Amino acid sequence: MDRPAHAAIALYPQSGLAPSARRVRALIRRHAYLLLKSWPRIVSMAYYPTVTMVLWAFLTIYLTPTTNFLKDAPGFFIGAVLLWDILFRGQLGVSLTLIEELYSRNLANLFVSPLRLHEFIAGQLVMSVLRALIGVGGACVFAFLLFHYSIFSFGFPLIAFFTMLIVFGWAIGLAVSALILRWGLGAEELAWAAMFLVAPVSGVYYPIGVLPPWLQGVANALPSAHVFEGMRALLLDGMFRWDHFAWAAGLNVVYLALGVLVFRWAIAYAREHGMLMQMGE
Amino acid sequence: MSAHLPSSIADDAAIVVSGLYKNYKEVQAVKGISFTVRRGTTTALLGGNGAGKTTTLSMLLGVLTPTAGTITMLGEDTLRHRYRVLPRINFTSPYVDLPKRLTVRENLRVFADLYGLRDPRGRIAELAAQFDLEGLLKRPYGHLSAGQRTRVSLAKALLNQPEVLLLDEPTASLDPDIGDRMRTYLEDYQRDSRCTMLLASHNMGEVERMCDDVIMLRAGIVVDQGSPDELIARYGRADMEEVFLDIARGGDEQPAAGAAAENIAM
Repeated sequence: MDRPAHAAIALYPQSGLAPSARRVRALIRRHAYLLLKSWPRIVSMAYYPTVTMVLWAFLTIYLTPTTNFLKDAPGFFIGAVLLWDILFRGQLGVSLTLIEELYSRNLANLFVSPLRLHEFIAGQLVMSVLRALIGVGGACVFAFLLFHYSIFSFGFPLIAFFTMLIVFGWAIGLAVSALILRWGLGAEELAWAAMFLVAPVSGVYYPIGVLPPWLQGVANALPSAHVFEGMRALLLDGMFRWDHFAWAAGLNVVYLALGVLVFRWAIAYAREHGMLMQMGE
Repeated sequence: MSAHLPSSIADDAAIVVSGLYKNYKEVQAVKGISFTVRRGTTTALLGGNGAGKTTTLSMLLGVLTPTAGTITMLGEDTLRHRYRVLPRINFTSPYVDLPKRLTVRENLRVFADLYGLRDPRGRIAELAAQFDLEGLLKRPYGHLSAGQRTRVSLAKALLNQPEVLLLDEPTASLDPDIGDRMRTYLEDYQRDSRCTMLLASHNMGEVERMCDDVIMLRAGIVVDQGSPDELIARYGRADMEEVFLDIARGGDEQPAAGAAAENIAM
């Protein structure tokens, strides 16, 4: 090994918006390195949304001759499944970013670096959007190629649907991340399973009016139910329901704040119990 | 915190630990330890398994919240102003790894960006030359031997040219040749940069060679401290290995002067 020179190295300033953005970018770079060098990872991200989309597309073809609303809105189920995957991938993206760090036993390196907790969370959220775009984007391409269905047929409301679903996915993803931090990688399965607790009451494929009254109350408290009600209103009645949008946005503010709070609590718990240094495989 | 110390000590101190406790339910891992590490020195934190070394280092790094006590590092209260200190320190630990699928260069680049290096490529090239990592830069970290990983971890720890370097078993998995080169590098780095090093080690030869001061822990308390030469003379032993055995086993061999040294500032 060569003898060191030890000339003083130059560092950027550490506080302010630009340094903060630089650290978030570093975290994204770390996960982008991981994603981009593994084509099986990228394929698997688009695989499940695509297979599910194909399943619902064939069901649509089968039911259309005998089902009036599908004649009016042939993209009903395909649109629903693609929007659902935005929510699911959004949540998964947040949780998997943490799980990758736990697998790598890298969490302490990150938390001993100048990376702030809110920057770590921001990195999780950006990765969630990227994962959702890759996963659902692949399925959208196949929907267009195989069934001539374009998700852009929603028009501008697609932006509202996407935003509301991805933000709700962030909130659940942060809560799941908190549970994994609290109970370790043994709780990893929650990352894959948690969203399926939300699915039946979100009215992805059916109106929430079919649920028992008490469960409708639960559904109305979920942003996802308002998005899918709004989607049905758009497809069947041709109108954008601002009331559902407002409910979804308001509820998302509450859930995201709760998600951030519970994640911060979990980090504090991990610091209290020495888990940041020891967690991992 | 440092206001409670004589100003000459406070000015000279890189790390001041005062009344530090860590309790896990009924277990008291660290029991009110206090010590001071002078700027520009290398200090060893010694003790048997479970003595509280890693717990203490974790609290210094901010990844473990103390039950009570204060830590001042580079003049900042680290429990209140952690982010003022973190850019100026770094660490390695066998309990922590780097992402295994990323190459050595990618790992170093990510941390160079996290620490805000203006010339990450230049710094990585410099460290790669110093640690003989040039041939490994394109290899995934997970494909490296234990010794190679240790060198990469040390390179990561020096990316930001830290003023305080916390090292947990820095040469544990290195062969004698690489271990010796690493010690030489750390000594040169410490001398040239005036960096403060606090290292936990079980290698007493390393401690005698590298360290100006030694803090001996047993069962979560500081049982003795001093320079290696002072401790060897005080215990009437031939080397630090024997001193370590005396103190770690807590036998009657321990001199009264040593026992009285608990929780004193060096």
